[in-house]
Amino acid sequence: MSKRQILVPQLQRLLGADAVLHAEADRFVYAYDASVFRGTDVLAVVLPANTEQVAQVVRLAARHDVPIIARGAGTGINGGAVPRGDALVIEFSRMNRILAVEPDNRLAVMEPGVVNQDLKAHLSALGYGFTYVPDPGSQVVSTIGGNVGNNAGGMHCLKYGVTANHILGLQVVLADGEVVEVGGGSATRPGMDLTGLLVGSEGTLGVVTRITMRILPLPETVVTQLALFPDVSAAANAVSGIMAAGILPAALELLDRRMMALVDRFVHVGYPEHAGAALIIELDGLADGMDRELRRVAEICNAHAALEIKTAQSAAETERLWLSRRAAYGVAASFSPTVYVMDCTVPRNLLAQAIAGVIEICDARGLEVVNLAHAGDGNLHPLIPVDRANAAQAAAATEAHHEIMAMCVAMGGSITGEHGVGVEKQQELGLMYDADELAGMQAVKRALDPDGRCNPHKIFPLRGNVGDIAVGAASLDGGRLP
Amino acid sequence: MTAIDLLLPAEPKAPGTSHLAQAWRNATSHCIKCGFCLPVCPTYSVLGVEAASPRGRLDLMDAVAQGRLALGTVAGRVGQCLGCLACETACPAGIRYGQMFEALQCDMGTQRRGWRRWRARLLLDGVLARPRVLRAVVLALRVYQRSGLQRLLRSSGLLRLLGLAGREGRLPPLPRPLAWRAEVEFGAPPGTDATTTGGAQRAALFTGCVMDAAFGAVHAATAHVLAANGVQCALPAGQRCCGALHAHAGETASARRLARANIAAFETVGDAPVVLNSAGCGAFMKRYGTLLADDPAWAPRAAALAARVRDVSEFLAVRTLVPPTRAVALRVAYDDPCHLVHAQGISREPRDLLRAIPGLTLVELPESTWCCGSAGSYSLQHPELAGDVLARKMRHLAAARVDVVATGNPGCLLQLALGISRQGLDVDVRHPIELLAQAYP
Ligand code: SF4
Ligand code: SF4
Repeated sequence: MSKRQILVPQLQRLLGADAVLHAEADRFVYAYDASVFRGTDVLAVVLPANTEQVAQVVRLAARHDVPIIARGAGTGINGGAVPRGDALVIEFSRMNRILAVEPDNRLAVMEPGVVNQDLKAHLSALGYGFTYVPDPGSQVVSTIGGNVGNNAGGMHCLKYGVTANHILGLQVVLADGEVVEVGGGSATRPGMDLTGLLVGSEGTLGVVTRITMRILPLPETVVTQLALFPDVSAAANAVSGIMAAGILPAALELLDRRMMALVDRFVHVGYPEHAGAALIIELDGLADGMDRELRRVAEICNAHAALEIKTAQSAAETERLWLSRRAAYGVAASFSPTVYVMDCTVPRNLLAQAIAGVIEICDARGLEVVNLAHAGDGNLHPLIPVDRANAAQAAAATEAHHEIMAMCVAMGGSITGEHGVGVEKQQELGLMYDADELAGMQAVKRALDPDGRCNPHKIFPLRGNVGDIAVGAASLDGGRLP
Repeated sequence: MTAIDLLLPAEPKAPGTSHLAQAWRNATSHCIKCGFCLPVCPTYSVLGVEAASPRGRLDLMDAVAQGRLALGTVAGRVGQCLGCLACETACPAGIRYGQMFEALQCDMGTQRRGWRRWRARLLLDGVLARPRVLRAVVLALRVYQRSGLQRLLRSSGLLRLLGLAGREGRLPPLPRPLAWRAEVEFGAPPGTDATTTGGAQRAALFTGCVMDAAFGAVHAATAHVLAANGVQCALPAGQRCCGALHAHAGETASARRLARANIAAFETVGDAPVVLNSAGCGAFMKRYGTLLADDPAWAPRAAALAARVRDVSEFLAVRTLVPPTRAVALRVAYDDPCHLVHAQGISREPRDLLRAIPGLTLVELPESTWCCGSAGSYSLQHPELAGDVLARKMRHLAAARVDVVATGNPGCLLQLALGISRQGLDVDVRHPIELLAQAYP
């Protein structure tokens, strides 16, 4: 009997027949996420309704030594939800209840399957004037559980911080099925920050089943500006100038020349041809003093050779500006069979240099590239159109990715700003940490998941001396693992 | 040990001659798996499984096109799709889900054998494509309406498929088929003069199959509104069912036959715009060019006709509406037909028409762009899923506290009426043009 034949009836007894997917077509579509990778077939997919069911599934998996993968909406682009070998996938679409909203304590409690945007809509409908801030580009689809797993960022993390800065406590099912609570609603927690450890661990330390998070009051006013510059370095210098002046915009997004041209064909903003870079600047806060802040931002932009500065005058104008930013990924994708979205950071003042470096690396390989950046925190997203029917091009993109990451690390940056490591950057993690540091992290992983059953073969470099998880590198050209 | 493969194989393996393989090869870009289509998909939100999402279905269809999965393996999940195309509206990469979906339907149609094929053809070719048979069915329904021969008629799958049984209470009463034509004057509209209005505006009305047989009141209302706006309306003879249901069922040859008949019929009125009040027919007729693209004799004629097709709300939107004068004091919710909002990108125009009516309060219905679950014979094949989708719509409708829900497609009119009678709501179902007609004395 295959593992599937053994497990499926037991899972069905635990959860009910309709909560266990095992037909070929149903399993087939859990091999991917929004990354460029495709994984292996899975044993089955379960749809638990509550924490107890998750714990039962994890215990059963432990008894049969079967790996588990907790999955949100599959919008991650690092391949973190892509299965590698027989595994049980836990799909959280039935655990999507918002359990409590406490405006007086400024917190909310929910299950991991709640969609980020649905939470915001729920909070807004309650009318308390509160919101949950982290806004990854995938917010209309991605789940809070997935956001926690990947420590998602977003355009507003410049001022408000990434997911980790908003999570107060978690309920987690550990690899042996034990249910534990870490952190909590109260402001200070003595001892180790276990919540911080779990946020961003990409499901490799356990399965999060309940989340307590901070909610914040909505700002009184929000103003959006567009500033155009002759080139990326002028824009990047303006960004540094704004930050150095002590102004903290809610968002500070940069588009390079090629990105503007591409986007303008879809969302007509009227980016002029002679502009080499655009900054979308959002300021929020009290209405009082906003005018002064706007003027200062304009002064700084002008001091850095801004060609033009516009303040959105209507909701429609604001919406169009943001749409031009949010649509970028899709627009890039519609011009080629697919698009490879990269994620890295550099110190803010090196942004222009980094973008020039990315263009150089791609040009050398005959690859197109357009660049977006959360400029305020030096988080760069090169988008590279790829035709994967063209194996040479796919291989070139993989190489370019590695080189770009190496360049960022050399500049004192990081291999990921907000998308996590997954399977995509396993090798590149070795660019950031030496063997001792990696061994330290793996000791933590083994302490919580000794048998390596939680989302295995992710994050850590696969070649080299990493014991039972040495399986080889994933690559865009479909290279087989050793 | 384990391998991470390419999302798409290095060599695109879609060499087959199936419709699906062709559609795959014709697509300029492929799904990037971003998932932006998930939150708008009714079947995904009910079932919560990837294979019932647009992204999942596209992946399954891609795999069939490439020969990685068998058609039979994916038929169940893809078959649960409503075809509402909300996913196309949401897709930032412009993926044409509908083209893959239709291609798969064609392949399944070709594979359908024996009595299932026979049954499908009986309905499509034997009833819908034959105005007289269809009218007979509707006449029988009128008898039903008046005499309550419920058991006899409810036992007929045909009538359930037309969707009339049990819903008539909330719908405009069924007029005698074609009786509406007697009430409408075709030709120069009263009170207008071609020489003084700067040239008469002309339009040709498409009557369709179910609309013509069961919703004559909507046609009468359309003609009335056009006349009140100085538009001279022609009713070309020889027009037939648009063929959409045939194409969706994979009976492409029948669909093409009907399309040719309609093209010929509307060529008799020159280049006058072809005005429709059925979103489904409009969406399909706007694509006649594609349907007949491989037929050199008809392709240019088909493209020319497609370019003339206008939903009535679209047709009126580009003119200055003669202000309606009679108050219609109702709270009205507008529900977007999928074939209008997603397939034709029309959502503002019908709302503007309703807003122009004095005394009418337009209420925005949450998730108005979500499918109501009608989708042709869908509710017969997936009663439970269709029921869940409809129930969700009804929850919003109940909360909106309106007198009327307006929508511009026969299938939706019927489906909403069904939902309302199931839930015991006190809401009437009308085509927006009927409400507008009331406002023109
Ligand atoms: S057509 Fe409608 S039901 Fe089908 S996949 Fe798209 S959104 Fe879902
Ligand atoms: S929105 Fe478009 S590209 Fe994204 S997953 Fe859906 S179909 Fe694919």
